[in-house]
Amino acid sequence: MVYSDKAKSYFGETLNQIQSQGLFKEERFICSPQAASIDVEYPQGAPQKKVLNFCANNYLGLSSHPEVVQAAREGLDTRGYGLSSVRFICGTQDIHRTLEQKLSEFLGTEDTILFASCMDANAGVFDVVLDKEDAMIADRLVHASIVDGMRLCKAQLFNYKHSNMAHLEEKLRESQECRFRLIITDGVFSMDGDIAKLDEICNLAEKYDAMVLVDDSHSTGFMGKHGRGTHEHCGVLGRIDLITTTLGKALGGASGGCVSGRKELVELCRQRARPYLFSNTIPPVIVAAAIKVIELISKTTDRRDKLEANTLYFRKEMTQRGFDIREGVHPIAPIMLYNAKLAQDMARDLYAEGIYVIGFAFPVVPQGQARIRVQLSAAHEREDIDKAIAAFTKIGQKYNILGKKKDEIIKLYGL
Amino acid sequence: MPDDIKQTIIEYIKKEYLDEDSTDEVTENTQLITSGIVDSFSMVSLKMFLEKKFNIKIPDEKATPEAFDSVNNIIKLLKEFTQEV
Repeated sequence: MVYSDKAKSYFGETLNQIQSQGLFKEERFICSPQAASIDVEYPQGAPQKKVLNFCANNYLGLSSHPEVVQAAREGLDTRGYGLSSVRFICGTQDIHRTLEQKLSEFLGTEDTILFASCMDANAGVFDVVLDKEDAMIADRLVHASIVDGMRLCKAQLFNYKHSNMAHLEEKLRESQECRFRLIITDGVFSMDGDIAKLDEICNLAEKYDAMVLVDDSHSTGFMGKHGRGTHEHCGVLGRIDLITTTLGKALGGASGGCVSGRKELVELCRQRARPYLFSNTIPPVIVAAAIKVIELISKTTDRRDKLEANTLYFRKEMTQRGFDIREGVHPIAPIMLYNAKLAQDMARDLYAEGIYVIGFAFPVVPQGQARIRVQLSAAHEREDIDKAIAAFTKIGQKYNILGKKKDEIIKLYGL
Repeated sequence: MPDDIKQTIIEYIKKEYLDEDSTDEVTENTQLITSGIVDSFSMVSLKMFLEKKFNIKIPDEKATPEAFDSVNNIIKLLKEFTQEV
């Protein structure tokens, strides 16, 4: 046998370390479809508990929408379950191309290519577009999948302080010698829910002759008046060269991602992006459902409007109750607690109250910035949000943090 | 070892990684990676700065989070590549 005692004890010890550092992630079993209200078995073997879900990326509440589920069924009936192939051998159906075209129309881009996930899109795109004489200039808080994608690319890496335009400009000056430069940012940053300054970024890109890539995974479908994304929200439609985004959040939430943008770059991805070339095609069920999602959100903005109203209501009420919330307009509403244990304890108590939220601490967020990240959805009704606010208030009182700002919470609980 | 080299690195770290309004102090012993001042992704700009400044090439396998975790550790690393420190 090759799995020796030495190997077994080494990997076992690694797991113990993860546990002792408080970084061990436990999965909770959900025994119902994804929705505002879900049945959860946690811990394993415990009776199922009905809780309100405030930690899903189900921003538009489309994950279990009847029309989306029906479209998935039709996809299964008319195009089958799997294709047993990558795209370029025999894994491209007519509906794959339809979805790519619909995504281009929706995002306002020239062309789109589907990937198995946005992680794959980010893993593939940089290495295709840039080479060693080029530069990647990235915001320091970009998503982990972008960091991994950039590691796979030979281009020189520069990074700038989060959303700091003066620092970005400095990096653009420093990298002046490079052939092509790509500014890389998330549209919305997933831990703070803050929005990239895309208007200023585009202006700098034009001034210094750089391209712009935005990962819009936490925006596509609901940011901007028509929900096209951060580029619509910031008034820079048509000025972003590459958008990477996901079908796994607002757009039905199953899986799949894409690169969308300048047609030559998209075509190059089709020819050369390794995660595209060597991953199986997206199953027809998901493709058919995603087409329906794009149809639904192109027809009416009702869902993104409801999400916006829910977000404003929750943020306003929670601020009035005395919680320290990162300001903003995004449905990611971070309730700042600073102390990691406090965030974990409050999340646990909220779960007991029937509110499913997660506490985040270092290294997922910077040291001393632990928080509970609340995510609103168009699936939430006003009464769901009121229940969450009431539970938060009760638990906030228990821990005596209402009305307290950063320094006072740190004084009470430490960092 | 000349203190001004330490000071140059400290100044760079403050300028490059701390917010303008930050009151955090950085000394030669401050933990940079462990404390989260410099994350492993941003470490690359620190490596580039050192390479340019001292005209050296630090191989990737030497540029570990431990080697970059304090200004003192960085100085130790630099000594492997240059007489200047």
